[in-house]
Amino acid sequence: MGNNKVVFSFDEAVADIQDGSTLIVGGFGICGIPEKLIDALKNRGTKDLTVVSNNCGVDDWGLGLLLANKQIKKMVASYVGENKIFEQQFISGELEVELTPQGTLAERIRAGGAGIPGFYTATGVGTPIAEGKEVKVFNGKEYLLEQGIVGDFALVKAWKADTMGNLVFRKTSRNFNPIAATAGKITIAEVEEIVEVGELDPDEIHTPGVYVQRVLLGENYEKRIERRVVKGDA
Amino acid sequence: MRDTRQLVVNRAVQEIEDGMYVNLGIGMPTLVADAIPAGVNVMLQSENGMLGIGPYPTEAEVDADLINAGKETVTAAMGAAYFDSAESFAMIRGGHIDLAILGAMEVSETGDLANWMIPGKMVKGMGGAMDLVVGAKRVVVIMDHVSKHGESKVKQACTLPLTGKAVVNRLITDLAVFDFTDEGMVLIEVMSGSSVEEIREKTEATFIVAAHLQK
Repeated sequence: MGNNKVVFSFDEAVADIQDGSTLIVGGFGICGIPEKLIDALKNRGTKDLTVVSNNCGVDDWGLGLLLANKQIKKMVASYVGENKIFEQQFISGELEVELTPQGTLAERIRAGGAGIPGFYTATGVGTPIAEGKEVKVFNGKEYLLEQGIVGDFALVKAWKADTMGNLVFRKTSRNFNPIAATAGKITIAEVEEIVEVGELDPDEIHTPGVYVQRVLLGENYEKRIERRVVKGDA
Repeated sequence: MRDTRQLVVNRAVQEIEDGMYVNLGIGMPTLVADAIPAGVNVMLQSENGMLGIGPYPTEAEVDADLINAGKETVTAAMGAAYFDSAESFAMIRGGHIDLAILGAMEVSETGDLANWMIPGKMVKGMGGAMDLVVGAKRVVVIMDHVSKHGESKVKQACTLPLTGKAVVNRLITDLAVFDFTDEGMVLIEVMSGSSVEEIREKTEATFIVAAHLQK
């Protein structure tokens, strides 16, 4: 079938990601991250990457692994507070960082995927992130011009896919994944289950397969938890 | 010593009205959720993509795919919805969230807020705070009035990089409650155990004392 996008090897799936590529990576903290694709990239050693992702993992997991391996040249993120290696590389000047408000980051990715090169937002007016950005007044209020982001590749994690790349996410592991999927020139999705075409109800599909070029089945997901809190702890 | 944290949390919870959609920031604001009285029904928004945060899970309920914006495991309340990050901030930026309660490092007398960065010391990032302060219909800040070093955190002008300019509607500290109005910053309440005199002494900002507090 012409639309079968299933790839069987994680190593092969990331093999054409060149040094210096821009990657948009789904996930929030370490929830809903493409852990197998990150691992494959780490093993391959692809370097000088620009990574666009809300966070940069933790020291020993998620994107933190690529950071520890010095594969990331530039990070575009909204919050990086959970990562000591990040702090060290940032302070030493090894790592270039573009801190972007979370909603602006989400909208920049959404816009990039939707063919919109820029948009105006009130977020950040009068703050350091406004420096160097065009300000425009609408109805007496100031807004900043922000630019859409398109990646050479997007790496996402979904719960289920069919072989055509239609994706379904689960709970809050959806987060940045659906918009990341739209904004990669090549989008690679790893999932916990692959079903045949027709098994997903068209009403339940979050990301239509048109956005997805490669689908991989991941096994034995670790799904680490950053802050495990149960009743009575807090 | 007074339990100032609980004092502030108990005061902050009074900002929440039945039927509201509310976003609570990370840290002390998260504690406000536990203080919401039974019978006050609110939907708590979590900017990672959820409306309707429930209580913390039991061991059996823990689910790595279900966390809040502070990355803590949570459950979903009845009527909860999940969505992606763009949708989450569309509802924030679009003015659909009634109230945001956030923590702060400094607040100025013009309602400027600084809470994301200490140059040369701490760079964690702003997360969703810059979007929340411009997007939520009402922004309430809760913080200690005075820093650990004894300095007033209620400033004439913020010394730290801003999160938002003229964005705070109400400030609740362990000493006082202030509103930000066209006339300026107004002291509207004195917290239990404090006095107008103590507040004057510990506030760098210029403020007006509401008529009902003047003797």
